[in-house]
Formats: sequence, C-alpha cells, structure tokens
Amino acid sequence: MKLALGSAAGARRLAAAYGPSAVLLALLVAGWEAWVRVFDTRPYILPAPSRIWQGFWETKHLLPEHIRTTLAEAVLGLGFGAAAGVTIAVLVAGIPLVRRVLMPLLVVSQTIPMVVLAPLLIVWFGFGMTPKVVVVALWGFFPVAVATADGLMHADREMVGLVRSMGANRLQVLRYIAVPAALPAFFSGLKIAAAYAVGGAVVGEWIGASSGLGLYITRAQTSFRVDRVFVAVVLIALLSMLLFAAVHVLARLATPWMYVRTEEETR
Amino acid sequence: MSAPAIRVEGLEHTFRQKGREVRAVDGVDLEVGEGEFVALVGPSGCGKSTLLRVLAGLLVPTGGTAEVGGVSAVGRPGLVAFMPQKDLLLPWRRALANAALGLEVHGVPRKEARARARALFGVFGLEGFEQAWPAQMSGGMRQRLALLRTFLVPSRVLLLDEPFGALDAITRRGMHAWLQEVLAIEPRTVLLVTHDVEEALVLADRVVVMSPRPGRIVDAIAAPFARPREPGIVTEAAFVAAKARVLAALGEGDDPVSAGEERTAPGA
Ligand SMILES: Nc1ncnc2c1ncn2[C@@H]1O[C@H](COP(=O)(O)OP(=O)(O)OP(=O)(O)O)[C@@H](O)[C@H]1O
Ligand SMILES: [Mg+2]
Repeated sequence: MKLALGSAAGARRLAAAYGPSAVLLALLVAGWEAWVRVFDTRPYILPAPSRIWQGFWETKHLLPEHIRTTLAEAVLGLGFGAAAGVTIAVLVAGIPLVRRVLMPLLVVSQTIPMVVLAPLLIVWFGFGMTPKVVVVALWGFFPVAVATADGLMHADREMVGLVRSMGANRLQVLRYIAVPAALPAFFSGLKIAAAYAVGGAVVGEWIGASSGLGLYITRAQTSFRVDRVFVAVVLIALLSMLLFAAVHVLARLATPWMYVRTEEETR
Repeated sequence: MSAPAIRVEGLEHTFRQKGREVRAVDGVDLEVGEGEFVALVGPSGCGKSTLLRVLAGLLVPTGGTAEVGGVSAVGRPGLVAFMPQKDLLLPWRRALANAALGLEVHGVPRKEARARARALFGVFGLEGFEQAWPAQMSGGMRQRLALLRTFLVPSRVLLLDEPFGALDAITRRGMHAWLQEVLAIEPRTVLLVTHDVEEALVLADRVVVMSPRPGRIVDAIAAPFARPREPGIVTEAAFVAAKARVLAALGEGDDPVSAGEERTAPGA
C-alpha cells in the first residue's frame, strides 16, 4: 500500500478523495454555528459547535480513559464477532442442513432490540467489559457470517473444477479456491461490523458501566450538558471511522489483488 | 501391449436443465495412443469441451466409457493435465503462483514448484511478469500462462481446449514451434481442440473431425509429414490435400442454417 502522504501527487489524491466531504462538513458546521447565534438557541437544546469544543476542552483530562475502555470493548467485540461469524459461515456454507436450520434463527437473532438485551447481559455478566464485548460481538457476527457464507458458496465452479482436475482434495479446494474467493466478502462484512462496533459498545455502556463513552454520555445527560453529549457523539464517529479504516487497511493487505485495477484507474 | 493413453467408447451425454434436454455428444469412439498427438476439430457447440471435461473427470456422462491409461476417468479427476477453454487464472495468485498451481496441488513444496515454473517463463514469453496479477495481463499473456500452468501439471496426458485461441498469428506460430520442440524432448500424449484446421494439421499426428451437435466422429485424417513440422509445409501438396479432406468432413454434416443452434439459441 502506497499512501505517499509526503508527495505532491499523494496530497492531490487525498484532496480529490476527501476534499468534497471536508468542504461540505465545514459548511454544515459554519451554518450550524450561525443558526445558533442568530436565533439564540438555548445550549441545552442545541449547543453551537464552539460550545461543544469548549465542552471537549473542559473534560479532555477525563476522555482518554473513556476512549480506551470503549475502543477496547469495540475491538474485542469485533474480534469475537468476526471469529463467530466465520465459524457460522463455514458451517452454513458447508452443511446444507445447518444452513436450513440456522439461517432463519440468525435472522431472528438480529431482530431482538439491543436495548432490551443489554440489561439482561449486565445481569448475566456484571458491570465489567464482558457484557459490552458481547453486545458488539452479537451485532458484528451477523454481517460477517452472511457475507462470508455467501462468498464461500459462490466460489467459481469452473475454478473448483480446474483444481479438481489437478487431483485436489476437498481441503485443497477450500485452500486454493473457496477461502481466497470468500476473503473479499468476509472483509465487506467486517467493514459493516466495524462501523457499528463503537456504537454497540456505547449502547452496552449506556445501560450501566464504570467507564467508557456511554458512561460519559449518561453523566452529561443527567447534568443537562448537551454540549458534552455532542462531544461523545463526535468521538464515537471518529472512533468508528478509525476502526473502519483499520479494517480497510487490513483488507488491502490480505486481498491485494482486489486493488490492482482501482490503483491503475485512479492514478 | 499396454492400454492406450485415452480410450473413449460409445460416449454420450445429455444435459438436462429445467426440463430442457440438450444432447451434446452422441456415441463418440476415440482412441489415442501413448505419445500420440490428436487434434479434435468440429463446429461450435458439437461437444468438444464436453468430451474433454468427461476425460478430466469433471463431468459424469450419461452413457459410455472414458479411460485414461487404462483407468476409468469417469468421476475420477487427477489423471490428466487439463487446460479449459477459459484461462481460469486465479485472480488472487500472481502469475508465478498461478503457473505453479498444479505442482503445488500435487504436493511439490511451494519453493521448488515456483522455481520450476520460473524457469519456463522466458520460453513462454512471460519473462518479467512473474509477479504480475492476472488482472494486469493481456488476453494472449493469460492464455500462455494457462498453457504453462497446464504443462507443469505432472501428467503424461494433456487435454488442451483451444489453447491458442486468443493469440495473434505470429505468437501462435512461435507457440507451435515451442510446443513441438518440448514434445520432442519430453513426449506426452496430447488431445487438442482447435477451430484452426491448419494448426491441427501442423501439430497433430491425426485430425479427428466431429459432426455438429449431437457430436459424433465423422472422419479421422492422418496428417502428412513426420513431426516436428516446419510452418512452411502448409503450402505442400500433401498438406493442402489433407486440409481439403478435413474441410470436406467438416462441411459434410453441416446442415444449412445449422438447425441445432436454433433450438438453444435463446440465452445460450
Ligand atoms: N453445463 C451445461 N448445461 C447445459 N448445456 C450445456 C452445458 N455445457 C454445454 N452445454 C451444451 O452442450 C453442447 C456442447 O457444448 P460444448 O461446450 O462441449 O461445445 P464445444 O464443441 O466445445 O463448442 P465450442 O467450439 O464453441 O467451444 C452445447 O450445445 C452447449 O450448449
Ligand atoms: Mg468448447
């Protein structure tokens, strides 16, 4: 992977890729600030961006601890979720009976609202990190399982035929064809899971925690500090993007062939 | 006397799909001796690829027998080196790793397999592209890589389905010369499918002609002159006569407007 941050071409590429979003975001923030000032909106209804920044500055000594907790829960949950997702995908793709029995149950599992489940998890697992990790994993395994199973089941039949003509056994077909063919799908699923992981951890914390951004939000709400709620919202967004970007980098390293064409076409 | 390298008897196959039946091959008998080079020509859709897929053990025919080296190949892959009509390069493997695939499947250690593959890159005009991804290669390069991969499969019998179809005339002639050279040093049994009658007569000992679908064998023509052959022979009288006979055999079973094609044309 070549990010080439230092070079002029790299900078131009970055500007072309993210420039429009940055400009739009700056305009939105400026409009928001102007709106609050012109209409003199109360800060407990809608704080101005400058006020949110102030809230961030006031609590910045508390934030690293909360961020660490939430990020750890998100990453751990994502890891367990991905592992569970891959296991389920292999079973679902490999055994038709499992597919018929498990698939409907998996869909049902995703219809249970997390706000209902989270308090139960706290009863079962206590106030520590475990219930939050479980929430993230429960949220994350599903896109990974569905995407990976899809990838495994749609391996090119002619490619399978080719390696079978060479005398490959089932394990070799898996190794040479099915697994590499499913990798891009796995990473698509993992990206979706990564985007929700931080949010999942916060929902878990929100019900009850001794540390984390969810707890920070609860405290801000009880003291009507809407500006600090927004601080947490921005941080959740930033952390989610960070996690998403990390998965993206991982995908590029693990499936380099997927990026051959795009690299040439965007040059 | 040992068994022939390839023996096909009374082979027939009917594809069934959603109630629609397509009879692809209908009673094919074919024998290819050890070290013999046979070219298979026939109109599009007459079942050439179907025959090769049966011999590769990938397709169980609805009738007849197919043997490789005296062993039934029906439902038993791994007996031949098979080059399918599509190059089927694995997009997640670089050129070198694609070439070495057959050796690796056969349990040759990765390092040794790749060293053996690397040694042939120059001969196949692929030098410098060892680390390229298939997506970065031209159609002709991909085909040469697929042929190289097939050559490295450790088997005495090669099944080649239109291996030179995507090559320009000059590269094609170069590959013909190379193929003959290699086979002279290391003889193998070859069954080659082609649409190019001249190619068939330059490369093969025998040219077998199939009828339009449902495919049957209508003629077998011995190619004149001993192998290996120079490209110049295509203007010799004996060559021209053999070519005329192959073309006549191809024309014989050819219905006007090819009624067979019409039946399956939609969505085919
Ligand atoms: N998997 C399949 N399902 C249904 N019909 C098939 C299938 N494979 C091939 N056929 C049909 O069988 C017939 C023979 O196909 P085959 O691919 O063997 O022809 P071919 O001689 O190799 O043609 P070409 O020269 O165009 O490659 C065709 O009519 C084709 O439509
Ligand atoms: Mg064909």
